[in-house]
Amino acid sequence: MPHNTPVLQGLMVLLGCQLAGEVGVRLTGIEFPGPVVGMVLFLVLLRIRRPAESSPLVAAPALLLRHLNLLFIPAGVGIVVYLGTVRDNALPLAAGLWVSWLVGFVVTGLVASTLLRLVRERR
Amino acid sequence: MNLHGAETWDWLSTSPLLGVTLTVGGYVLGRWLHARTSSPVFQPVLVAMVVIVTFLELTDVSYAEFMVGGSYISFWLGAATVALALPLHQEWHLVRRAALPVLLGVVAGTLVSVVCAIWVTDLAGGSRELQLTMAPKAATTPVSLALSTQIGGIPALTAALTILAGITGAILGPWVLDRIGVTDQRARGIAMGSVTHGIGTARALQESRTEGAFSALCMGLAAVATSVAVPLLILVL
Repeated sequence: MPHNTPVLQGLMVLLGCQLAGEVGVRLTGIEFPGPVVGMVLFLVLLRIRRPAESSPLVAAPALLLRHLNLLFIPAGVGIVVYLGTVRDNALPLAAGLWVSWLVGFVVTGLVASTLLRLVRERR
Repeated sequence: MNLHGAETWDWLSTSPLLGVTLTVGGYVLGRWLHARTSSPVFQPVLVAMVVIVTFLELTDVSYAEFMVGGSYISFWLGAATVALALPLHQEWHLVRRAALPVLLGVVAGTLVSVVCAIWVTDLAGGSRELQLTMAPKAATTPVSLALSTQIGGIPALTAALTILAGITGAILGPWVLDRIGVTDQRARGIAMGSVTHGIGTARALQESRTEGAFSALCMGLAAVATSVAVPLLILVL
């Protein structure tokens, strides 16, 4: 990211898209996560505006995504509140988490790689 | 000189400064350990969680007190979800060419993850509430959290499970992909993003730029797919 990029303007656009998404789903009563609607709005904006690499529209989301992992930590620590629930339901939680992770992950990888090969061979 | 130890602690344990500092500190420590050892086991999120949970248990600071500061950090997850449009936009040319594998990969991953999560949790004796808590865990945290609230799961537990799924993907994902012979960088990214969201994407970005881009894209698409699929699937499962 170049120096002196006005990241704040970009953050303002991100928050504006999120706000529009959150307000939109509440006004319409559609049960859908507001930030995802905001993401679609921001994508439309990016496709139309096609901002340069040095634009705040690129710098602000790049900054947030670079440290995305940091943002998950407080929610992860929330496990302390449920240590009792986790102990009492260790088997269903562990099985549900890891079996479905593995099956979903393997199926996705195989489906994607098979289709990518088919698409390439067709050409 | 009298030190006002108790008063200072009372102030600190309820100040946002504690939660923010612990979160950023744990993350910096995790990144440092990860860089020093270059072992995938030292995931920065996992290291930070272990450090903070240990600290809270030792000092009797409650999660609510921690979140006075922690919520300043997690607030930005919403804006970060919006920010996911950036890799989508940047890789649009690659994505358009691979549109079918991307879309079918994401849809397959989402459906299999949600159905399998509900089914296996049920089979292992989990209550309906636990099944609903587990169902959205393959989507990125802000989405899984919102969905869990909407369908009657335990949102905070869903968030923690989501993060554990991401950590699992970051540690085991590339190894599993090697075992099953998925070598195409795009396919690897599709799997990482669809099932292990942000934490897996951070790992995918370390493997290659293409893998990271496809992972970021599929994380966003999986968020949309899960938001549509979960409310519909729980009606029939």
